[in-house]
Amino acid sequence: MRRLILIAVPYLWLVALFLIPFLIVLKISLSDVALARPPYFPQLDLAEGWAGIKAFLSELDFENFVFLSTDDLYWKAYLSSLQIAVVSTLLTLLVAYPIAYAMARAADEWRPTLLMLVILPFWTSFLIRVYSWMGILSTEGVLNRFLMWTGIISEPLILLNTKIAVYIGIVYTYLPFMILPIYSALEKLDESLLEAAEDLGCSRLQAFWLITFPLSRNGIVAGCFLVFIPAIGEFVIPSLLGGSGTLMIGKVLWEEFFSNRDWPVASAVAIILLLILIIPIILFQRNEQKAREAGR
Amino acid sequence: MKRFSWFNATSLTLGFVFLYMPMIILVIYSFNASKLVTVWAGFSTKWYVELFHNEDFLAAAVVTLKVAVVSSTFATVLGTMAAYVLVRQGRFHGRTLFSGMIYAPLVMPEVITGLSLLLLFIGIGLDRGIVTIILAHTTFAMCYVSVVVSSRLTTFDHSLEEAALDLGCSPFEAFRLVTLPIIAPAIISGWLLAFTLSLDDLVIASFTSGPSATTLPIKIFSAVRLGVSPEINALSTIMIGIVTVGVVSASLITKRAAVKRARDEQSAERS
Repeated sequence: MRRLILIAVPYLWLVALFLIPFLIVLKISLSDVALARPPYFPQLDLAEGWAGIKAFLSELDFENFVFLSTDDLYWKAYLSSLQIAVVSTLLTLLVAYPIAYAMARAADEWRPTLLMLVILPFWTSFLIRVYSWMGILSTEGVLNRFLMWTGIISEPLILLNTKIAVYIGIVYTYLPFMILPIYSALEKLDESLLEAAEDLGCSRLQAFWLITFPLSRNGIVAGCFLVFIPAIGEFVIPSLLGGSGTLMIGKVLWEEFFSNRDWPVASAVAIILLLILIIPIILFQRNEQKAREAGR
Repeated sequence: MKRFSWFNATSLTLGFVFLYMPMIILVIYSFNASKLVTVWAGFSTKWYVELFHNEDFLAAAVVTLKVAVVSSTFATVLGTMAAYVLVRQGRFHGRTLFSGMIYAPLVMPEVITGLSLLLLFIGIGLDRGIVTIILAHTTFAMCYVSVVVSSRLTTFDHSLEEAALDLGCSPFEAFRLVTLPIIAPAIISGWLLAFTLSLDDLVIASFTSGPSATTLPIKIFSAVRLGVSPEINALSTIMIGIVTVGVVSASLITKRAAVKRARDEQSAERS
């Protein structure tokens, strides 16, 4: 009896507040927009029994998905989300790797402090961390004034409300997610392997490419997924730093829902976003499983 | 010998400058007398004074704290139960679905979680407000809690529980006297994680909040959408300060506890 309650409580909670809402999105994505409350059609009428369910099912169609595939805006938004996510994941890797490497090489008594310094920004508000870049990147901002003061540029650079600002925002906010898995892979590295390689005539750079880099591969892959998956659906960063010119699918969904009040299309956008994410998520889980088996 | 070259020193320095510079600039400009955030016009605390007279922000801060405390507590209870079910209860009908529902929200884009919950609340006619935000936050935070707690549950020695049962404990007593104290640190960090996630969340709260309840992130977002604002700088500085004090003191406490434990172990060995 106790066991039943123990299983049933979290189970039913998740069914009611995760599974059912998800099925509702799926259903509405197959419905048509209507000038009513709620603004979509058909409504499921259980009072009519079987006939009601049948009539309801016959009204569902893939019209919204056809609409999405014919409208340029959505293709562009999906492609630009993918492009932004890929580029910023690679940039994050480039920034994170040297930091993680240096942390793993630091003296033992320094490591806990360095780790805390990497994790600390993660506990501060995400929104504030994104916002802090608005004051830096604007035309009148700190960065432009600094660069003009040093004489590197004479005209202010336009950075805010461009894709560059979105890249910077994603690299900045997701950096800890990339540093930590790479650090934990590098930390386990056996130093004597590098000494052996150098004794056998490798240069330092060769030793890095032949030993350190391959052995940190699991950390790199995990970090890339941890950045890439949330970056695709990102909403806050493109809307604060990207301006109206930067299309990202999370922003399109938001506007479709709140500004256009087109629930069926917003739901269809959500379903396609999930379909795009399924492949990286499955690959990520495989990688994790492999790493776990290798660790045993 | 460790190789710690100038290259490593440079990358660490540049890395931490990149991580901390934006926040330091924010803190500095929160004390700027000028309304123009980019021009320095002398030291002033007037934005803090204005912030504390802004009833809207204070009300939103109260709502945010209430939501965070209640939802993270619910999430910790539900998440711990879920972790215990996943790790200790063996096979049962629908276990695959259960573990899927635990892991899926972790990778689900926030816009989709928010949208789906909003459609549910409208579907069942629940008025949007503080209750719906709490329900939404509890749901996604419990998954994070259960991941944290289950990683602790899988690593500790199962035979300790069995010994307690052999010595005459009921399963509940065994859980309370043996399992709970061992997994307590994981439960506490799960609660802290849930609390921060709730404080931080903008997207899901925007979908599930109504006119009667606005959280701080929603207020901040609508204020900064149009540009930098000195009051938000002041608010950010306060939030950064609280987090810094919290994290630094937590790490000092754990460090001291570790030192004390090491000393106790040493003296136990000697005697």
